[in-house]
Amino acid sequence: MNAKNITLPLTDEVISTLHAGDLVHLNGVLYTARDAAHARLFEALNRKEPLPVDFKGHTVYYVGPTPAQPGQVVGSAGPTSSYRMDPFTPALLDYGLKGIIGKGDRSSAVIEALVRNHAVYFTAIGGLGALISESIIASDVIAYADLGTEAIHRFTVNDFPAIVTIDCFGNNLYTSQQALYRKDSHD
Amino acid sequence: MRTLSVSVITQTVKTLFMEANVDIGSSMLSALQRHVVSEASPLGKSVLAQIIENDQVAKEKHRPICQDTGMSVVFVKLGQDVHLVDGDLNDAIHEGVRQAYRDGYLRKSVISDPLYARLNTKDNTPAVIHLELVSGDRVELEVMPKGFGSENMSALKLFAPSVGVDGVKRFILDTIQKAGPNACPPMIVGVGIGGTFEMAALLAKKAVLRSTDHPTSDPKYTELEKELLVEANALGLGPAGLGGTTTALAINIETYPTHIASIPVAVNISCHASRHAKAIV
Repeated sequence: MNAKNITLPLTDEVISTLHAGDLVHLNGVLYTARDAAHARLFEALNRKEPLPVDFKGHTVYYVGPTPAQPGQVVGSAGPTSSYRMDPFTPALLDYGLKGIIGKGDRSSAVIEALVRNHAVYFTAIGGLGALISESIIASDVIAYADLGTEAIHRFTVNDFPAIVTIDCFGNNLYTSQQALYRKDSHD
Repeated sequence: MRTLSVSVITQTVKTLFMEANVDIGSSMLSALQRHVVSEASPLGKSVLAQIIENDQVAKEKHRPICQDTGMSVVFVKLGQDVHLVDGDLNDAIHEGVRQAYRDGYLRKSVISDPLYARLNTKDNTPAVIHLELVSGDRVELEVMPKGFGSENMSALKLFAPSVGVDGVKRFILDTIQKAGPNACPPMIVGVGIGGTFEMAALLAKKAVLRSTDHPTSDPKYTELEKELLVEANALGLGPAGLGGTTTALAINIETYPTHIASIPVAVNISCHASRHAKAIV
């Protein structure tokens, strides 16, 4: 299973080539945001205030890293569960967000917003914090610093391992793969 | 009567949390290694291999296995012949947590008010402490940095007795199905059956601590654990929820007598980074 090398930020042309099930290595710049940052971003959008980061065309990673140890760029930094961001995600996609990295299922409203906006949902494997942190080569806090681990960080990543899980056509890897291995003897 | 300074408790709690967060332990590693072989999905095999690699890197480099270094749960079995001196037991435990999360570069994930302000306490305190008085003159401390990706997927229900074994099984399997990829499978599933509302939840948490290699002593429940494990792995969720035959590594059941009117059932889910460490002082 060879991974495709993908440059961030994504372009519409590249997004069109990504299909659920593709393994990718992401290279370039992305932004972190999880629960508390999403709540603030959503509030800013609703009030028509400028966002602290212009997410148009960019990719957001749902993560709250551990503190960097001496000599480290960032501490352990695997994905957190995406469903908690579902109430905020369609608005961010409609605003111009093009890529998301998280883990786990998304609501039908998020899947519709991905298709409507020609955007893609990647997952990283949960619980690989130590390994994933090695692909993050720069980390800077750029907004909401008071939120600590939940602040918005800008990461520069090199061969960040991810899987295309819901593509811009609405195909969902979780649904298709789980169906292959489900034995329905008890239903 | 044995006299023990609570500073020993602080030091032990600190060491245990720092250790548990970087070292998954040999029983989880060998369970994962067995399933790399048995897993049917090629992607699932690859996920399991990466989990093992992550756990090895974490141990070698002293890096947290997962960025969610958890809320700090501490089980204390306090021998009734121990006289604790030099301070308060609870304070000593919180201090051990504070030092571990500072010196171990662990994430501080605890907020002071659950509903309104939600401000980070910045030292991962307070811990959740379960204190049990036992015979003897020793203190057993078992720590569990509990991640909330899986904690959020846990469930509790008090059933009418008529639902029987099948109804209880369906609830457990439905909880696992709903947890899906959010709980970072392969999971350790702790089930508490019996007692009261709060007792069922505590039993479920203790069942998680049994990890992968300690079956229950009652053969009826050992059989039920085995049946449930087969059925959970037939759900198809697989490693990381990306499809496969390894959804759970263990389903552990703990029981307690209950009331004539009820079957309390609690299901506490742990991700594959099921971390805990124990010491006796």
